[in-house]
Amino acid sequence: MSARNIRCIYRKELTEWLRDRRTLISTVLVPLLMFPLMMVGFSALAIMLIGQAKKETPKVMVLGGADSPEILESIHKLGSVEIVPPAANWKDQISNKEIRAAVAIPDGFQSALAQGDTKTVNIYFYEGEMKSSFGADRLEKYFNDYRDRVIRDRLAARKLPETILKPFEVKQENVAPPEKVGGAAFGGFIGYMVILLCMTGAMYPAIDLTAGEKERGTMETILTSAVSRMDIVLGKFFLVLSASLATATLSVISMAGSFAILGRYHAFGDGHGPDLHLQIGVKSAASIFLMALPLAVLFSAVLMTIALFAKSHKEAQSYLTPMTFAVVIPAVASLMPGVELSAKLALIPILNTSLVCKEIVTGTYHWNYIALIFLSTCVYAAAALFLATKMFQRESVLFRS
Amino acid sequence: MIEARSLSKRFQDKKRGEIRAVDGVSFRCEPGKIYGLLGANGAGKTTTLRMLATILEPTDGTAIVAGYDVVEQPEKVRANVGFLSTATALYPRLTAQEMVEYFGRLNGLDEVTLKKRVDEIFARLEMDGFRERRCDKLSTGMKQKVSIARTLVHDPVVMIFDEPTLGLDVMTARTIVTFIRECRDRGKTVIFSTHVMSEVEKLCDTIGIIHGGKLLAEGTLAHLRAKYGEQDLEEIFVKIVGPLQVGAEA
Repeated sequence: MSARNIRCIYRKELTEWLRDRRTLISTVLVPLLMFPLMMVGFSALAIMLIGQAKKETPKVMVLGGADSPEILESIHKLGSVEIVPPAANWKDQISNKEIRAAVAIPDGFQSALAQGDTKTVNIYFYEGEMKSSFGADRLEKYFNDYRDRVIRDRLAARKLPETILKPFEVKQENVAPPEKVGGAAFGGFIGYMVILLCMTGAMYPAIDLTAGEKERGTMETILTSAVSRMDIVLGKFFLVLSASLATATLSVISMAGSFAILGRYHAFGDGHGPDLHLQIGVKSAASIFLMALPLAVLFSAVLMTIALFAKSHKEAQSYLTPMTFAVVIPAVASLMPGVELSAKLALIPILNTSLVCKEIVTGTYHWNYIALIFLSTCVYAAAALFLATKMFQRESVLFRS
Repeated sequence: MIEARSLSKRFQDKKRGEIRAVDGVSFRCEPGKIYGLLGANGAGKTTTLRMLATILEPTDGTAIVAGYDVVEQPEKVRANVGFLSTATALYPRLTAQEMVEYFGRLNGLDEVTLKKRVDEIFARLEMDGFRERRCDKLSTGMKQKVSIARTLVHDPVVMIFDEPTLGLDVMTARTIVTFIRECRDRGKTVIFSTHVMSEVEKLCDTIGIIHGGKLLAEGTLAHLRAKYGEQDLEEIFVKIVGPLQVGAEA
């Protein structure tokens, strides 16, 4: 093994890699643009769409209520909804989005209220349709306010205080710092994305430097040189690893930037929900990078080993597509509620890194688990790299026809 | 010098079982001479040459190339061999100069020697006009020149050519043939495989006829003509291979 040769091969692979337009797309553009587009772009889009939906005055239909003229009149005076004349096909009109919601006032509603009887007001809407929900919400708010007024009037008539219905308050309060709340909400997602991009960043160069070279006929050319096959495979491996880490690093930078922008413009929530403030500090980013390092080695070596079997780029892609599922499934498993780091889970590759990234983002550092995960992933990575070097020695793999 | 000693290569095929691609081939090729390995497609020429260039490892037997054993010292063998075939392509995103320099470095040249060698070769092969052009932008002829430069950069004492003119136009093929002659004239040991009779007649000092992985006949053109009573090499080839071919087809 010669460091000079490995460096020489690495430099050549790097030169070719940087001259490949597809590299720019998969390694630089995708991670840099994906997060801002996904997070800032989608958030802005969602806020805009919700805002537009809220601005709309929903058309609603009032069914019945002829014997409750006061209620009917006050609904018609509501400025927040537009009342359309009742029609027999009101259900179809809701489904076809011609009206947003309908409310059915039961017979004898007003007189029942006066007598203290209970009746049910039904509000009909299109579930899952945002504008319909807003229409239904406005109707529900009107009737809730009306009910509160009735209660207050009844209590006043009996000279009872309003507190009789609410002798005490129950309130939940968050004590975790906003960073931890944000980390708990998005930490799993960050780990998942870093892992996924580590793999996708390695995939294209792993194919290009193995099956791609076979297809182009340059594999035989390099095999005629005086360097050992070990040097060749290591030179190529370091390039694949660089691509993987470059993608992961750019994705972390991009994510940190996206969250910073979101935090500045308070894009999360509408001020009523929890404060989902998320900051990926230098320590967290460095820790995530460190944990992703052995995983990137593992991905690079495994992808190279598999791609080396293929005779062409296309064949390699078909072999590696299932790998995406093998990576996504454990990464997604870490997002499941209740899945927490344990000694057993710390030994499962990918899942362990995803879980530990989640913890790191919230500012929690379980050093024993971090050490276990780092070491176990290093062992898997070393085994995969050993396998890759062995595969590169096999003529049946290199000259498969 | 090249000395093949009972070189054999067997492959395992799922459908056909064991395949003897090369079966006990022995020959000797001297410096300043061209040895032509003549055979039909699938005769075992490429496998033999790949073993000599240490791209493949022999199953049995060995060969001494430039004084080194192909099994024991493959890296030293490669450092003294230039291997050219139509299968050895160029890196598309490297320039002609980068391609040649890369192989110079891989073959252990220091930067000073490398620069001198590259300048020399580029001038000799009239390649200065496309020095900075990427290999994927070169014509077939230019690509062949870059490949030649790549094989020459470390000044190997042994040159191995595996069907180097296959699929090339007349002018490009002539460049290769001229280059092979030059190698011989410079005292290099040259071996090349082909199934083009005219090339063998024009170039080779010694001819080896290979078929079914076995070396069936060997000698100078004059020797083969005398032995088989034919003037035309094609007739000689058919006489040697023909009965086996018929037997194989039956």
